[in-house]
Amino acid sequence: MSGMEARTKKGAHAVYVRSSDRILEIAMYIFAVLLLIVLIYPIYFIVIASFSDPAAVANGQVWLFPKDFTLAGYRELLKHSNIWVGYRNTILYTIVGTAIGLAVNISAAYALSRRDLVGGKYISLLFIFTMFFNGGLIPTFMTIRDFQLYDTFLVMVLPFSVAVFNIIVARTFFKTSIPEDLWEAAQIDGCGNLRYFVQIVIPLSKAVISVIALWTAVGHWNSYFNALIYLKDSNLYPLQLILRNILVTNQMQSALGTGEAAAVALRLANLMRYAVIIVATVPIMCIYPFVQKYFNQGVMIGAVKQ
Amino acid sequence: MKAGQLNDSRQLFSRIKKNWGLYLLLLPAVVLVLLFSYVPMYGILIAFKDYSPAAGIMDSPWAGLKYFGKFFRSYQFETTIKNTVVISLYSVATFPIPIMLALMVNQMRPNRFKRFFQTVTYMPHFISTVVMVGLMLILFSPSTGLIGNLFRLFGAEAPNLMGSAGWFSSVYVWSDVWQHMGWDSIIYIAALSAVNPSLYEAATMDGASRWQKIRYIDIPMLMPTMITLLILRIGNLLGVGFEKVYLMQNNLNITSSEVIATYVYKIGMLSSQYSFSSAINLFNTVINFVLLIMVNYISKKYSENSLW
Repeated sequence: MSGMEARTKKGAHAVYVRSSDRILEIAMYIFAVLLLIVLIYPIYFIVIASFSDPAAVANGQVWLFPKDFTLAGYRELLKHSNIWVGYRNTILYTIVGTAIGLAVNISAAYALSRRDLVGGKYISLLFIFTMFFNGGLIPTFMTIRDFQLYDTFLVMVLPFSVAVFNIIVARTFFKTSIPEDLWEAAQIDGCGNLRYFVQIVIPLSKAVISVIALWTAVGHWNSYFNALIYLKDSNLYPLQLILRNILVTNQMQSALGTGEAAAVALRLANLMRYAVIIVATVPIMCIYPFVQKYFNQGVMIGAVKQ
Repeated sequence: MKAGQLNDSRQLFSRIKKNWGLYLLLLPAVVLVLLFSYVPMYGILIAFKDYSPAAGIMDSPWAGLKYFGKFFRSYQFETTIKNTVVISLYSVATFPIPIMLALMVNQMRPNRFKRFFQTVTYMPHFISTVVMVGLMLILFSPSTGLIGNLFRLFGAEAPNLMGSAGWFSSVYVWSDVWQHMGWDSIIYIAALSAVNPSLYEAATMDGASRWQKIRYIDIPMLMPTMITLLILRIGNLLGVGFEKVYLMQNNLNITSSEVIATYVYKIGMLSSQYSFSSAINLFNTVINFVLLIMVNYISKKYSENSLW
């Protein structure tokens, strides 16, 4: 501690601190704080609005704290069974979809990372080409329908589980972080490819696996496009599709009609929209801090050197 | 000669056999890609046919370029292309923002504030597109939203951001910046973390200012990553995504919000004109592909950076 002070005092001679550096630094931190406000405040506002009297929110009386605290929005939310059906479906799609996605992409990435894989370059090309060229909406739709996958659970977790970008990231990780000697040593001990992959490579690759699991899970949790195109049965609808009906297309409001009772119902519906945003977003944001520690190691290695 | 070839192929076969486990690991991904990416490519044929479900893809009569011509002559041609390009170029213009953010984070001293700052800037990325658009509809409502209240506080009339054609591209692009700039900066922060610290020390010894270090060490360090990502962005110039545009679309902003992707969806899925929709989609894909190859070629020639 005293050493540091001494250095700063002496610093005037030893390390010349420019005033322009000081100004740049101060300006940067002021800008960073402003940016934080712009990023946090809208989200914070939704949180306090979800606990406030909707009339107060509409009149502009809610700025920093909830006004006339109420849980009416959340109570209203409990009554909508389709939200909970959607919630259940999304959890199922996310768990099954992430498991399939990890199994498919991580194993392919590992195989492609090995130099002794004959034809690996061509197989890589086969994958990469699909990043830039595809059949398009209608031909893909027709294919899914011909395979009898339209309006099934499986369509949400299987057909689009190959993620070429994830394969590239994981492949780079395996190439740079798992030494080739390890495989040679294992081979001498009589270990085959599959056992080596399961017992040695996977435990050494927690960082990249958790990053890809996070990406895949977030993708499943947030997706609505596939459900919009490939699902008809509302019992299979994921949360996002139901949210779209509540938040964007205002299906509830049009069902309310007019008059005094409708005005009250409309306010309640608005309040519920705040609550629904919180309930739909909190779970996925809760996962993030747990994987964050792997994040830096995983993404950095995977992304930089690709 | 023949014997040698035989020998080669036998050797090849034995090398493949030795690593059969690896091919087993590859199998699921290859099968899925063939079934769900390559099989649909065969379906592109319907863009050149008068597709009727009864006849199937093979037996439907050929239509030549009829549906392409139909698109080029349609009154939607100019609008959808223009809207797509405008939104795309506008997005590309915001391309430096994550880079600036990364340069800034790189200048911060490693402490709690830096960690907090990064966590907060990443967070909005996790909001789903549906919720994001819902959020915008609520906050930007001129009558009951935050923006409306803010304007009333200053006694002004709030613009209807979600319900006017003039605002559409700005709202679309800047909400994207808000949501993803932190996330997009990760890759640049990663690239900067690879800078050898002795470079900074040497620069300090030579009396370089912070600004000069950014200018002469950090920015050149980011160049390859920047160019790679820029190629991908430009190669996708006509690829404005369906999801957010479709959600933000309404009758009031439709003149500037109808893009190729939403048009393809409406023609194909909602009015079942399969051949017409596929033709528009194919036109879009081919232009993107050509752009990508062109930009990659130019970049390779002048900067030695390229995708392949």
